[in-house]
Formats: sequence, C-alpha cells, structure tokens
Amino acid sequence: MSGAALPSLQPVQDVSGHARLADKILLIACGALAREILDLKEANGWAHLDLQCLPANLHLWPDRITEAVAAAVQQYRADYAQIFVVYADCGTGGQLASKCAELGVGMVEGPHCYSFFEGNQTFAARAEDEFTAFYLTDFLVRQFDAFVWKPMGLDRHPELRDMIFGNYEKLVYQAQTEDAALDAKARECAARLGLAYERRFTGYGDLRGALAALAPPHHIP
Amino acid sequence: MADDDEIILSELPDDELVLQMHDDLYDGLKEEIEEGTRILLDRGWTPYDVLTKALVSGMKIVGDDFRDGILFVPEVLLSANAMKSGMTILKPLLAETGAPRMGKMVIGTVKGDIHDIGKNLVAMMMEGAGFEVVDLGINNSVEKYLEALDSETPDILGMSALLTTTMPYMKVVIDTLKEKGMREDYIVLVGGAPLNEEFGKAIGADAYCRDAAVAVETAKQLVARRHNQPGA
Repeated sequence: MSGAALPSLQPVQDVSGHARLADKILLIACGALAREILDLKEANGWAHLDLQCLPANLHLWPDRITEAVAAAVQQYRADYAQIFVVYADCGTGGQLASKCAELGVGMVEGPHCYSFFEGNQTFAARAEDEFTAFYLTDFLVRQFDAFVWKPMGLDRHPELRDMIFGNYEKLVYQAQTEDAALDAKARECAARLGLAYERRFTGYGDLRGALAALAPPHHIP
Repeated sequence: MADDDEIILSELPDDELVLQMHDDLYDGLKEEIEEGTRILLDRGWTPYDVLTKALVSGMKIVGDDFRDGILFVPEVLLSANAMKSGMTILKPLLAETGAPRMGKMVIGTVKGDIHDIGKNLVAMMMEGAGFEVVDLGINNSVEKYLEALDSETPDILGMSALLTTTMPYMKVVIDTLKEKGMREDYIVLVGGAPLNEEFGKAIGADAYCRDAAVAVETAKQLVARRHNQPGA
C-alpha cells in the first residue's frame, strides 16, 4: 500500500496569509473529527488553531495513515509555529506515534477516537468487559452507509453480515452531541447489524483537553 | 472476471476448467467451485491436485489482489466461502488418499479481541497448503494457548489481533512460553492489521505475516528449516 497515491488535503477552513500563520498552530486531523474540532474551536474562541483534514476514509486503509500525515506535516511545517496531529494510534500499530516523534509534532493520546471520546482511562477500564461492542460516533452514525455498510460489502452481499459482525454483541453509540435524530439513526444501524443497542453520551472527552493544551504560539516558552 | 453464464464447466478441458475455477473463486461463486471440484475428481484428479492447482492457486490470486488493493474484504470473504465449499468436498478425501502433511498449527485470536476474518483466512490457506490446523477461535487467554500447545503438540503457534490495544497480548503469550522454557519448541507466527515486522521482532515472534499467503510461505520455510536442524 505504500506506493498508493497520497490523498489530497481537504481544507475545511480557509487558512490566512503567511504573516498570520506564523502565530498559529495547525491541526492536521482526521476528516471524521472536522465537525467536532470546529465546534470546540468556536465554543472556546481558539482562533490560534487552523485546521486541515485528511480524508476520513483513510481509516479503511490504516497502513496509509502514517504516510499521509507525514506528507501533510512536511507540506505545512514551514508555515506554522507548531503542528499538532489530531489522530490517535488509529490502527497504525505505533507507527504514527513514532513518525510524529521523529517529526517533532504532538498527537492525541490513545488507541482510537472511541477511546479518547470516552476518555482514555474510562475506555481502558471498560475494555475487558466490552470487547464485543461495535462503536459508532456522531460522524459514523451520519456516515454509516459510506463508512460501514458499503465498505463491508453489505449493500451488495447482506449474507456477509454475520460473518463480519457475528462476534459482536452490541452497538454502542458514543454520542458527542445531544441529537435525537442521530440516536434514532444509530438504533436503526444496530438493528441492521443485528446487534443490541446502547447510547452513551461522551461529549468530546479527551479531545477537548488535548486541544485546550495547545497554547497560542506566542505563549510557548 | 467470469461473466459468461453459458459456460458449461463439464465441457471444458482440464486446463481451461482449472482457469475457470480460478475465475469463479475470484468471483466468489460457491456452487461453481463445488461443481468444478467434483468434475475434476470424477476425471481422476487426486484430491491433493484439485486442492493445490484449482483452489489454492486461485485463492493466491485473490490474496495478491487484496494485498494490492484491487479486491477488498467483502470480495475476499466471498472467495473464501467458495474455497471452503470446495475444501469441504476434498477434506475427507485428502485424509483417505494420504496427501502430504506439512506440519501442524494451533491458531487463535488473542484475549480481548473478537476479530477473526484474517485468522480464518490464514487457517484455511494453511489447510490448503497441507497443514493440520487447530483453530482456537477468538478471545484466547495465555492459559488457552498453553493448553492447546500441550494437547495438540503443534509445530506452529499462530496468533492474530486486529486492535492496537490487544496486540501486546501476543508478547504476554511469548514471554510465558519463555518463562516455561517452551519457546523453542514452537515456531511462533503473528499477524493482524496493526502489526508490522518491527513489532513481530520486538515481541520475540519468529515472523510477522502480512497476509495469509505470506503466512503459508513463511510456515513452509520455517518448518523445513526446523526439520533440517540437527537433532530436530
């Protein structure tokens, strides 16, 4: 997979001119977190954070994530005082963390967004009793067909459902926001997968703390 | 690949039928694979030849295209189902006809992990390559692995994990084998999406296997090397 073309960056917010960018921190993030990051940025007045997203569907090929993130860091590092990677390990088996360390950029702690949304400590404490849970976030509920149903071939071959999901017992919808429509859709997703349903409000979990810790560049000693 | 509904498998000569079976495997056509398997057996092919030349070779193409990003998980699952149906016919016959036996493998997904698609593919391809496979299923504790190693006395222990959070458990198993002085008794192969060669080395496995085809080739090489060792 290493020879695959890198995905193009998807700007979700205009970045300003070079003079101002030097006072800012660039977040290079998974596209599945764009809405959440922009919401946090607006709610907290974090004007010093710029955002560039990589396509969320990189998660279908986790072995491509490290290379894509590294390319984005190289592309933007000269323009920003600091870059922060808004990915957790995300199935890279530690390779993303090693690459970020090598590049001298920070990243979000944890194995994946399900963990940091719930809070890494809480998620780890539950892991032993909940490893038969299939998780959805707000993003994945909205994009269930594009990111779960179709990539798993269930639109074309519904008979594969139990082969793929047969070992799961319940679907846990980790809700970042209070949204009755998403709750209803998540319940429907669970039914389509033949799983029990549980909604759990997480808010933004450790993501909020990770971004809040990014002080404006002029405050960096 | 195969898009001509008019093809009559029984009318094809052997070489074309084998190629057609490769196409049918690629397309995940279970019934066609069952039919092709029976035709070749009726024509006097040995079960071992049907398995290796028609099924395993066809599945190798599927594996290569999965590795190269041409095929995806659903297509591979359909192909695996088709191959499984052919193997169901061949398995009892292989035992009767004394097909070559390459070695024995105990395989399972580690504790806390329920993902078994890759593990099942490896098990199937290993069986296709002549290995006897004991599949422990999912969520295996170190005690379960040890119990199986004790009762089955395999040549190979295979461990699989899909999660970053569960893959370190492989080291727990390997370290336990070392503590008990059993590590050198087995070839340990590991695999799973978040793993890499570096991780395999770091935890003390004999090899990391990127996919099912690599697992088979690695197993063959390491078993042969083991058998060539003095006193083995």
